Formats: sequence, C-alpha cells, structure tokens
Amino acid sequence: MKYILLIHQGAAPTPRDEEAWARLSEDEQNAVYADYKAINETPGVTPGLQMESPETATTVRVGDGKTLTTDGPFVATKEALGGYLVFEADDLDAAIELAARIPAARLGGAVEVRPIVEW
Amino acid sequence: MVAPLEQVFRDEWGRILANLIGFLGDFELAEEAAQEAFAVAAERWPRDGTPDNPRAWLLTTARNRAIDRIRRDRTLAAKTRLLEMPEHSEDELDETTIPDERLELIFTCCHPALALDAQVVLTLRTLGGLRTDEIARAFLVSEPTMAKRLVRAKAKIRAAGIPFRVPPAHLLPDRLAAVLAVVYLIFNEGYGGRGQLAAEAVRLGRALAELMPDEPEVRALLALMLVNDARREARFTDGEVVLLRDQDRSLWDADQIEAGRAELDRALALGGRGPYVLQAAIAVLHADEPQDWRQLAALYGELARRTGSSVVELNQAAAIAEAGEVEVALDLVERLELDRYHYMHATRADLLRRLDRVEEARAAYERALELVHSDAERRFLERRLAELER
Repeated sequence: MKYILLIHQGAAPTPRDEEAWARLSEDEQNAVYADYKAINETPGVTPGLQMESPETATTVRVGDGKTLTTDGPFVATKEALGGYLVFEADDLDAAIELAARIPAARLGGAVEVRPIVEW
Repeated sequence: MVAPLEQVFRDEWGRILANLIGFLGDFELAEEAAQEAFAVAAERWPRDGTPDNPRAWLLTTARNRAIDRIRRDRTLAAKTRLLEMPEHSEDELDETTIPDERLELIFTCCHPALALDAQVVLTLRTLGGLRTDEIARAFLVSEPTMAKRLVRAKAKIRAAGIPFRVPPAHLLPDRLAAVLAVVYLIFNEGYGGRGQLAAEAVRLGRALAELMPDEPEVRALLALMLVNDARREARFTDGEVVLLRDQDRSLWDADQIEAGRAELDRALALGGRGPYVLQAAIAVLHADEPQDWRQLAALYGELARRTGSSVVELNQAAAIAEAGEVEVALDLVERLELDRYHYMHATRADLLRRLDRVEEARAAYERALELVHSDAERRFLERRLAELER
C-alpha cells in the first residue's frame, strides 16, 4: 500500500524560526537533520517537497463562480501542513513506525498517515 | 435442538470468522460468508444430523460461498488473496490443519488506529459473535447506529491497511496492553448489571489465556475478571448496592474464585508484576476472610505508584483505614484532587464519621450526594446520612 505522511510542524522548532530553533542544542539540531535524511533514504520512501512557512500561504476558495483569496493557510498557522512524503509499505504498522521517526512528531507537531487511493 | 446448535455457533463463530478473514483478507466478505454458512447449517443440521466435523463443515461451506461471490464479482477478486489460492481448496478441510487465527483477529480489532469504542464493538461482533442488535442493546444505542459504527470500523481496517497479524515482538507489549484494555472495558461495562457483557469478557479472557498461555498479564486479567465476576450475585440486593464488607459470602461463586486464584498463581509463576497482576492480587485478597488490609494497602500503593491514579490512592486510603489507621487514611484522602468524584466525598465522610467528626461527615455526605448519578448509590448515601443523625 502507498501512504502519504503529512507533516504538521505544530510547535516543533524549525530553522525557519531562528529563535525557536536556537532552543534546541546543537546535538538536537543535528539529530533533526540526520533523522530527516535517514527517513528520506528509507526504502519505500519518496521524499516530498518541503513547504515554506504557513505565513506565506494563500488560500483560495470559489463561491458563486467568484474566486475568494485569503491570506494564510486553510487552518490556523499552528496546525498547517509543513511537508509530506510518500511511503510504500506493507501495512499501516510500518507507516506508523516511519511516522514516529519524523522529528516533528516528537517535537510538538504531529504526522497524519493516510492511504493513497490507487486506481 | 435449537439450543445446542446455537451454542456450537457461539463457540465456533470467532474461529471460523478469524480463519475466513485470514483467508479472504476482507472483513465484510468473511462475515457475509460466515453468516451464510451458519444459516445453511441451521437449516440442514437439524434435518440431516450434525456433521462429524462441524468446524471443517462450516469453514468449507463459508469458503465456497465466498468463492462463489467472488466469481460473480471480478473486481473484488482482484483485491483479495484468492487469486493465489490453490485449486484444491474446495476439498473438505482437515480439522487438524485449520489454523486458529483468533489472535490475529483480536489484534486487528484492537488496533490503536481504530477509535476505542470501535475496538470494543468490533471485538464483541467478530470474536464474541454477538449480533449487532445485541451489542446495540448492551451499549444503549439503536441498531442502525451500531451497524453504522461497525461498517465504518471495518472500512477503516481495509482502507488504512491495518494488518491481520500478531504484532512483532517490538510492538507486542503496547499492543497486548491495548487488547487487554478492551477486554477489561467490556467486563466493566457488564459489571454494572449488564451481565452478558461481563460473561463475554470472561470468555474472551479465557480464549486469550489459551492462545497466549505464557503472558502473565493475560492470566492476571482473567484472574481479575473471574474473581470480581464471582461476586456478582452478592453486589446487589433488591437493586441496592451492597459494599464488599457487607456482602453475603454464601452468594459468592467459590469455585470461580478458586479458578481466579489459580490463574493469578500462574501469572506470578510466570514472573508477572504488571498492573493486572497487582489488580488480580488485590481482588483475590479481598476474597479472603479475614482480609489482610495491610497487604491490600501496600498493593494499592504500588498500583497507584505505577498508574498515577488518584482513584487507586483513594482505595489505598480505604484499606489503610480498615487496617486501623483512620487518621492516616484521612490525611491521604485530603491530599487527593478528586473534588468532582463522589466516591472521594463518600470515603472522606465515612472516615470523618469514624473519627466522630459528625458535622464534617454530614457536609461530606451532602457533597457526595450532589455528585452521585446512580439511584442505587444515592439511596445508599442517603441511608448513611440518616444513620449519622441518630
């Protein structure tokens, strides 16, 4: 099965927020880089694209044929999607184990695991 | 004729269904096939006699029904493991080679990716063999609501790829804890009077102990349920709650308590020291006459340390009071942050009463009465309050 792992940074520190990032020790920062690298190199993983911060997002809705554009992500900044990856796995347990290795999951964010529809 | 047949069905349902799910890889299809096979059996067995090998007969019939259905629906065939099926699979199955896949089934039903209430009802439906209407009645919801809940849970298992297997060793402790929590939840749902659920939980506990004989926590949960369930008849008189110390011990099922004690001994012999071992030891000590309150207080203390539960500390306080140290018990109760919990106020009231602090005891009983929900417990507290006035 193919799963998409949606990475929500939540309160997890990222290099984009220098102040928050600086609260992690150098070892912790290196561990975050190393963990993402290891995950991207895990067999079955297709790395996704990292997104710019939610503050840079623009949300588009269409109502009565008119396009309504608003500043910001679809959900509150804290809950916004930060990135994703695709994982070809035997089952949900394997996908959960990979999700648990994603640093955001232990640093205050969360990872949503969803099967991908295959036609 | 009907009753023994129904018993065979109840006993076989979980095994047949587990095997079909393992074979077909699809809950919905397996359940439909099992239902059809049992319906055919209900029609034929009374007429033609029960086959020598009921389980193999049921499984063969169910598999054939499923295969017929798949042949009618090719898109489904593409999604099941049947494509890899050997040709001779329609032959009569040999009973001795039918694998028991109930463990795979219960670990699938109790997967943490399913909501807890879904885990509970799936377990009751698939392993317990309870009908949807029976489960709906037990949980006080309508049958269509329960049916929807079951369909949703089965759809998630299929769509999300929840595996049908016993988890590998590195996942097993957490996942076994989840299974035991579901079984104990079912038991406790039944403890308040809905006896069928309690009996079902004991049955599930026995099956687990048979399937995982070397897991101390599995044995301990069975012990805990057996001992608590043995006191069922004594817990209520005319709808009124009877406290353990006031229960008529002649109403206890002594054989079942002994069976529980034996399970606990096995759990201890296996080196078990987990939370269910502690709870089972507490239940067994409560069944002794006289009770060893000091030992009980120590076990509650250990359990409280392990679980961080204030409710367990409340029980510890009650045991300390029974051991004669009422003031120590009161000190402990007054440290607990359980202001919304009527048992805390009822316990505190009782301790104050024993210390002859009547005014404070009255206020505590009144606070407990403000919070209590069950009518039986309300009447109990009102009796206690009235006794205080004398």
